[in-house]
Amino acid sequence: MRVMREILRQPAALFGLLIVLVVVTMAIAAPLLAPFDPDNQMFDGLTLEGAPIAPGGPFLLGTDTLGRDLYSRLLFGARNSLIIGLVANGIAVSIGLLIGITAGYARGWISTILMRFTDLMMAFPALLLAIVLAALLKPSLWIVAMVIALVNWVQVARIVYTETRGLVERDFILAERALGAGHGRILFLHVLPHLVPTAIVWGTLGIATTVLLEATLSFLGIGVQPPDPSWGNIIFESQSYFQAAPWLVFFPGAVILLTALAFNLVGDALRDILDPTQRGRG
Amino acid sequence: MAQILLRRLIQSALILLGVAAITFLLLYALPADPARMIAGRSATAQTVANIRHELGLDQPLVLQFLYYLGGLLQGDLGRSYAQKTEVWTLIAARLPATLTLMAAGILVEVLLGMTLGTIAALNRGRAVDRLVMMSAFVGVSAPQFVVALLLLYVFAATLGWFPMSGYGTLSHVVLPALTLGLLGAGWYARMVRSSMIDVLNQDYVRTARAKGLSGARIVFRHALPNAVLPVIAMIGIDIGQFMGGVVVVEAVYGWPGIGQLAWQAIQQVDVPIIMGVTLTSALAIILGNLIADLVAPIVDPRIRSH
Amino acid sequence: MFRNWLLATTTAALMAFVPLAAHAADTAPQGGDIVVTYKDDITTLDPAIGYDWVNWSMIKSLYSRLMDYEPGTAKLVPSLAESFEVSPDGLTYTFKLRTGVKFSNGRELVASDVKWSIERAVNPKTQGPGAGFFGAIAGFDDVAGGKSEVLSGIETPDEGTVVFHLSRPDATFLHVLAINFASVVPKEAVEAAGGDFGKKPVGSGTLVLKDWTIGQRLVFERNPDYFVKGMPHVDKVTVEVGQEPLVALLRLQKGEVDIAGDGIPPAKFLEIKNSPDGAQMIVDGEQLHTGYITLNTHVKPFDNVKVRQAVNMAINKERITRILNGRATPANQPLPPLMPGYDKSFTGYAYDVEKAKATLAEAGLPDGFETVLYATNTDPQPRIAQAIQQDLAAIGIKAEVRTLAQGNVIAAGGTEGEAPMIWSGGMAWIADFPDPSNFYGPILGCAGAVQGGWNWSWYCNKDLDQRAVAADSMSDPAKAEERQAVWGKIFTDIMADAPWVPVINERRVVAKSLRMGGPDHIYIDPTRVINYDAIFVKQ
Repeated sequence: MRVMREILRQPAALFGLLIVLVVVTMAIAAPLLAPFDPDNQMFDGLTLEGAPIAPGGPFLLGTDTLGRDLYSRLLFGARNSLIIGLVANGIAVSIGLLIGITAGYARGWISTILMRFTDLMMAFPALLLAIVLAALLKPSLWIVAMVIALVNWVQVARIVYTETRGLVERDFILAERALGAGHGRILFLHVLPHLVPTAIVWGTLGIATTVLLEATLSFLGIGVQPPDPSWGNIIFESQSYFQAAPWLVFFPGAVILLTALAFNLVGDALRDILDPTQRGRG
Repeated sequence: MAQILLRRLIQSALILLGVAAITFLLLYALPADPARMIAGRSATAQTVANIRHELGLDQPLVLQFLYYLGGLLQGDLGRSYAQKTEVWTLIAARLPATLTLMAAGILVEVLLGMTLGTIAALNRGRAVDRLVMMSAFVGVSAPQFVVALLLLYVFAATLGWFPMSGYGTLSHVVLPALTLGLLGAGWYARMVRSSMIDVLNQDYVRTARAKGLSGARIVFRHALPNAVLPVIAMIGIDIGQFMGGVVVVEAVYGWPGIGQLAWQAIQQVDVPIIMGVTLTSALAIILGNLIADLVAPIVDPRIRSH
Repeated sequence: MFRNWLLATTTAALMAFVPLAAHAADTAPQGGDIVVTYKDDITTLDPAIGYDWVNWSMIKSLYSRLMDYEPGTAKLVPSLAESFEVSPDGLTYTFKLRTGVKFSNGRELVASDVKWSIERAVNPKTQGPGAGFFGAIAGFDDVAGGKSEVLSGIETPDEGTVVFHLSRPDATFLHVLAINFASVVPKEAVEAAGGDFGKKPVGSGTLVLKDWTIGQRLVFERNPDYFVKGMPHVDKVTVEVGQEPLVALLRLQKGEVDIAGDGIPPAKFLEIKNSPDGAQMIVDGEQLHTGYITLNTHVKPFDNVKVRQAVNMAINKERITRILNGRATPANQPLPPLMPGYDKSFTGYAYDVEKAKATLAEAGLPDGFETVLYATNTDPQPRIAQAIQQDLAAIGIKAEVRTLAQGNVIAAGGTEGEAPMIWSGGMAWIADFPDPSNFYGPILGCAGAVQGGWNWSWYCNKDLDQRAVAADSMSDPAKAEERQAVWGKIFTDIMADAPWVPVINERRVVAKSLRMGGPDHIYIDPTRVINYDAIFVKQ
């Protein structure tokens, strides 16, 4: 509740929260809000020469290169983009927590192996790895989410590791240990609760990163599979039209920007509130 | 110190080896046959088998990898499947373009970030501060391919201030560097702002101010130097981010760097090139992190003891 | 890898176009530096290896071959050969070489160079894709199998004579000697390049490579010693790579670029077409290209011919041409209209949703079924795949679209039972030479229906295969017409079994600046796309 109150006091965070709410509502209520079937390639959705139709008229935001209603596609695209954002980031944070805590708590060779592996993943050019993985696995919504998660957990693992190491050295845990408390008890009662703020902050900030990465993968033609819309693949399909039909690039581009911005604003506010020591990046 | 450095170097080499092994394995598992790609559709089964044999693709995975490693140790990245040229020749020809782009991108983000951060710090709490910080967030949240298309549309296609694509002159580098740098500028602005505020709050600065020292002097003598080291550490980390960004930026602006090389190679399943580019990027990232780690203790003495 | 060799020509070009070509050559002024752009970097200029539609035309002009084509046409003419003779049984070809032809390194080209170059193309160590084309030459199996480095079927009795002995008659053999893989290269330059001949080419063609900055540009200059006087017309060709088609086009409109090699993106096509100067900038030519959907006869329910026929009736080809801004025409048979053997009277399967549904019901699938449609992941292919998907949905077929990188689609197609349907766009069959036989073997014949093959329908009709073999042994030039008719019948008969849905014949569109001269079909040449030998700058 304190968190909520603090957020409401910051205009930027409030703005972010509002956008998040709007986007989530759009995604959930897409079937109610969308004036057209997002996958329907309408005959009158293209000009006689086969060009997309400009915004205004029956098509609020115009049509895409196959004669589909852009507004409806953006609404349904919000679903796919958000699902990937939430799922991929959820997985990434979970992997990061698991590896970070284990490495930070276990020490010894387990810790060394895990952290060296994390270093290894750090050294991979993330986008290249994602491109190769996406080519390797048959693309679907869930595979795209998995690929993004596999690329994105590293940063979380590093931070959690550092924090866990710090916690383990702290007096109260040393005291618990001395009293003969089991690992499970220490981990669940003392370590994990202290990591909750980190998890929440990264769970929010990471969504912004994930939405951007999904858009980039789809933009390169290896993301969400057509005809399912995602904000990235809408731009991918239309990029050669960016001069003749700029709305096809700029509406979805603006939506991606706003969503990433919103999650960043909220995440940043959360970080300030929950964990004042962690400022700046990472 | 030398010992630490040596240990880090060995670690880095091991990491590079790991990257090579994982990439090799992934590419091996790729459901596409390089021999088939080279042979084209008119080739007979025998031609394909011959090509596969000549490329050594009919050998067991482990052996293929050992051969590759053997070459790598001698500085040999192999030859491209499709082009037959030495991979290193291809990378070396394109690396300067990518490095130029990265350097220009870093320059943009550092200059822009430090300027904005300083302005925000000096006007803390005022409207200017809020505006700067908000735009920093927008920069951080903008998808690079959209920024690239937007800049292209406005400044090249519509206004005609810059060339649409190409390489060679200063005006060619402006838009790609801006695209690449805008993202990071947001982070730098935030970082510089907070470290400047720390300094401005310190007693000696307050004293200096009280003595009537000018604002500019305080900024340049005390506050900025304090912000420089974290910036350097961050540049190291940024190299990794940039390696991903260049694929998109190079594609949109037709920049002749290794990002385009990698993209074309992925389409053609040209494994040696993909390996080569991945390893080159990994090396750059490792070096960047090394710099960041070496600078970190100087920045924050607490880390030194750690 | 022969991605988009978009063979193209106009009907006039295939008919008696020769006088016009000669006329164009007479009046074309000498001189001019031109700029050509492409998106992808040039992979190689080694004629034994290069096999994509971008390097194809450059290799054509860098080297010369025994045979070549009249510019802008599909008419075979002797090139390095001064004259040739074919034995009555069609098994021996004797060529007399021109004298005084020089490589760009100064050495004179002799008969043994021809022999060595073809042996090199066949030798497995070269890793070239074109080896199989020379399969009719006696001794091929030994060289291709690595048992020998010398083709016993090629003899060079003296410096000016090359004799080919074939192990079977091959009606396409003269075409084979005109493809890039038969280009003549000097042995010493290949060896001196140490594996990098593709970057340091030496030939005897109209152009010479002067400079290559990897990832940026290639500079070709006119070969002053070329053995045909007055060829080529331009002094210098600069090829800039890494240029987005859209950007290239804007630069072309500004006058910085003369030929946008990748063609015109759909979005710009309408804009340019409707602009005042547009008509002169667009070269819009019909080409020998067919885009098709393969229906995998080894995957249920496509093993049922009724299902394949129903799909053939369900595709709205008019709509697909509209998505391509009218730069294509609906197809009804595998051969494109300009290919010898095309049957004008054949109508194929008309678009008829109700009939398609009825046929599907006859096949016992009144409620349709679920399947997967593969396509490559570069625009506009995913969009066309989605249009096909919507058409299929109209008759109850739920097709999941799977767009992958080209290599993965090819691999899926060549794996038995893997890909039920593939949209061929971006990989569509384009002939290596303008002869109908080249449209059959690997993509519709039994030989291609193997693991890793290109017959993605896995269609194998032994009877048609026999007819194809018979047609290809009709090597007597007098029987050319008859042979074409036999081939034409093979392709229309295939459609009864409907292993494909022939969807469209795409036209090629090239953009050129206003100062570029010459007839359209030397910019969309049926055998080489851009004919660098024949294009010129107007005075």
